[in-house]
Amino acid sequence: MPDHSPSFPLPASSSPPSETATGNCHVLRDKPPAPTAVLELRVRNHPGTMSHITGLFARRAFNLEAILCVPLAEGATSLMLLLVAEEPRLEQVERQLAKLHDVLSVHHRKDLSPGFFTRLTAAASPAPAG
Amino acid sequence: MKTTGARLLRTLLERQGIHTIAGIPGGAILPFYDALHSAGQQRTIRHVLTRHEQGAGFIAQGMARATGRAAVCVATSGPGATNLLTAIADARLDSVPLVAITGQVPQTLIGTDAFQEVDTYGLTLPITKHNFLARSAAQLLEVVPLAFQLAESGRPGPVAIDVPKDVLTATLEVTDWPAPGGAVPPPPCPEEEIATLARRLAAAQRPVLYLGGGVISSGAADLACTLAQRLSAPTVCTLMALGAMPPANPLFMGMLGMHATKGTNLLLEEADLLLGIGVRFDDRATGRVAEFCPHATIAHIDIDQAEIGKIKLPYVSLVGDAADILRRLLEHLPAQSRPAWRTRASHLRQAHPLRHPPRAEDPLHPVNLCQFLGEMLPIDTILTTDVGQHQMWVAQAYPVRRPRGLLTSGGLGTMGFGLPAAIGAALAQPGRRVACVSGDGSILMNIQELATLAELRLPVAVLVFNNGQLGLVRQQQELFYHGRYEASRFDVVPDFAALARAFGLRGIRLDPAGDPLTDLAEALAAPGPCVIDIPIEEHANVLPMVPPGAANHQMIAEPELASLHA
Ligand SMILES: Cc1ncc(C[n+]2csc(CCOP(=O)(O)OP(=O)(O)O)c2C)c(N)n1
Repeated sequence: MPDHSPSFPLPASSSPPSETATGNCHVLRDKPPAPTAVLELRVRNHPGTMSHITGLFARRAFNLEAILCVPLAEGATSLMLLLVAEEPRLEQVERQLAKLHDVLSVHHRKDLSPGFFTRLTAAASPAPAG
Repeated sequence: MKTTGARLLRTLLERQGIHTIAGIPGGAILPFYDALHSAGQQRTIRHVLTRHEQGAGFIAQGMARATGRAAVCVATSGPGATNLLTAIADARLDSVPLVAITGQVPQTLIGTDAFQEVDTYGLTLPITKHNFLARSAAQLLEVVPLAFQLAESGRPGPVAIDVPKDVLTATLEVTDWPAPGGAVPPPPCPEEEIATLARRLAAAQRPVLYLGGGVISSGAADLACTLAQRLSAPTVCTLMALGAMPPANPLFMGMLGMHATKGTNLLLEEADLLLGIGVRFDDRATGRVAEFCPHATIAHIDIDQAEIGKIKLPYVSLVGDAADILRRLLEHLPAQSRPAWRTRASHLRQAHPLRHPPRAEDPLHPVNLCQFLGEMLPIDTILTTDVGQHQMWVAQAYPVRRPRGLLTSGGLGTMGFGLPAAIGAALAQPGRRVACVSGDGSILMNIQELATLAELRLPVAVLVFNNGQLGLVRQQQELFYHGRYEASRFDVVPDFAALARAFGLRGIRLDPAGDPLTDLAEALAAPGPCVIDIPIEEHANVLPMVPPGAANHQMIAEPELASLHA
């Protein structure tokens, strides 16, 4: 697998890292990072939903590079954003996702890039070690 | 009305129209069994006590496969639940509507490694269509009808409901009862897509219909036969679709793929249009996918959007209920005669028959046996199989004349399926003859259910094709591992007839030196359950065969037999 993960955790910094920055990555890339996609899921908000979704990806040896999940409105549903590799088989995975009872909708968020997740992590300033 | 979670669960099942459930009680699920008992005079649910939870799972599957309606199995927490898993996974791969109810330790103990606690929710997650952990008695009002709805709607499948003991014992007041859950029809397929497919079919020179289990589950078998007739399209079936077209239909080309006759796979090579209906392009059917139907445009009808383009990218794809789509498609299609293509198909069928010695010479050759069973058993017989060579011989040579006339574990290929599935089929279809063709390996995997059968006295005949081997394994070792036989031969084979008698059943062993077919016919004609032990040749192979991973045209034929009996 090519390494195209937006290396987490990023050092806390006041200015958000640029979208193309590789953070504290020491590896010199000889090819551009593999393309990624951001999926937006509306899901039922209950304890089993996350297992259903992560299980579906894991069974297909498909890495979830980043996950964001927040409850919506009354808390009966959640919005989930997933950063995944843009591979041909992603379409099949999306169809399988759409079949899950706990998943209400699946959309591609073409307007979001990996930088969205790295900025959030940076903003959360990882807790000091220990 | 004041009730408990357990009685609520019973009532919800009654309201679903469930008459028979199969299971084994234990600590965590006991309140539910007590609720069954407390129905007293008003009792409508019969509980079949099995001897192993896997038996209960497959009995429920037998009921579901024989009727198309969701059936229920029950187990306690821990080992009860883990014993159900194989039957649940099997239902998933063959799209069988099943509702599996398991007891769980009380919620306060969940996560403490309590006695008989396992993460049933986690274990069933990847093998169900959906699963629930009921967290309150009130939730059952929503979860139970929804479980049936999910199990039966769209592409059917298993649903698991894990119910902690405190949910079963909790009391609650029920005022509004939910409507029972059932199949919700999928959105209709757009008319333009049907018209496009109709045009494409009309333009084809050499169309072939490729029918799968979806044709059976949507009740579209008759429509598929009408379509084949209308188009003059030869028709192949997957293992799961056998029975969709009567074998006597001149357009019927049998099963495709790994154990097809050569003519069938050759026909697929020549097709210019392949219409798959309720199929999933499984590797046992397609062989090496890149070389499957190399000259054909693919059209695909399926209720599951995720099947479209999963293996083969279709030129036209229609998502929806197969019966609805075919009914509407037929309105667009005038009759087409295609005499040359029909002739070609019948030529291929005649040129490449199943090769086997004549009955008079070798009455217990498995192909002869399967054909004989076809002659002896009533037309509405339900035949189940286990997994192995005997299963493939049945698929090749037993004439399945009705939809749901053959129940077999296709996707998971589970040895041990046959006997409990036969019991389930007999429970669901009273008055019909049920036969289970098994092997001496498979039958031992759920042999304990002979005790259940003896109790129920159902008309199930178990036929053990006894080769003293794990035959299909031995065959693969012969063909692909240079005859290095490892762990495929039994040194001790039990006396199955005596075993049957020990369970309180009729047991017969056929004598090859006598008149075995007459004895077989007599044994089948007698009423009630029985086990018939049939000694077959140890080293017979199921042929032809496409080696796993090879293309369908690379079949291994039957060289010795061909030269002997050509
Ligand atoms: C539960 C299970 N374990 C192992 C297998 C692998 N397997 C497939 S066929 C077979 C042999 C079956 O032997 P038998 O039931 O005697 O049937 P035969 O092939 O001899 O007709 C085995 C071990 C399986 N399908 N299911």
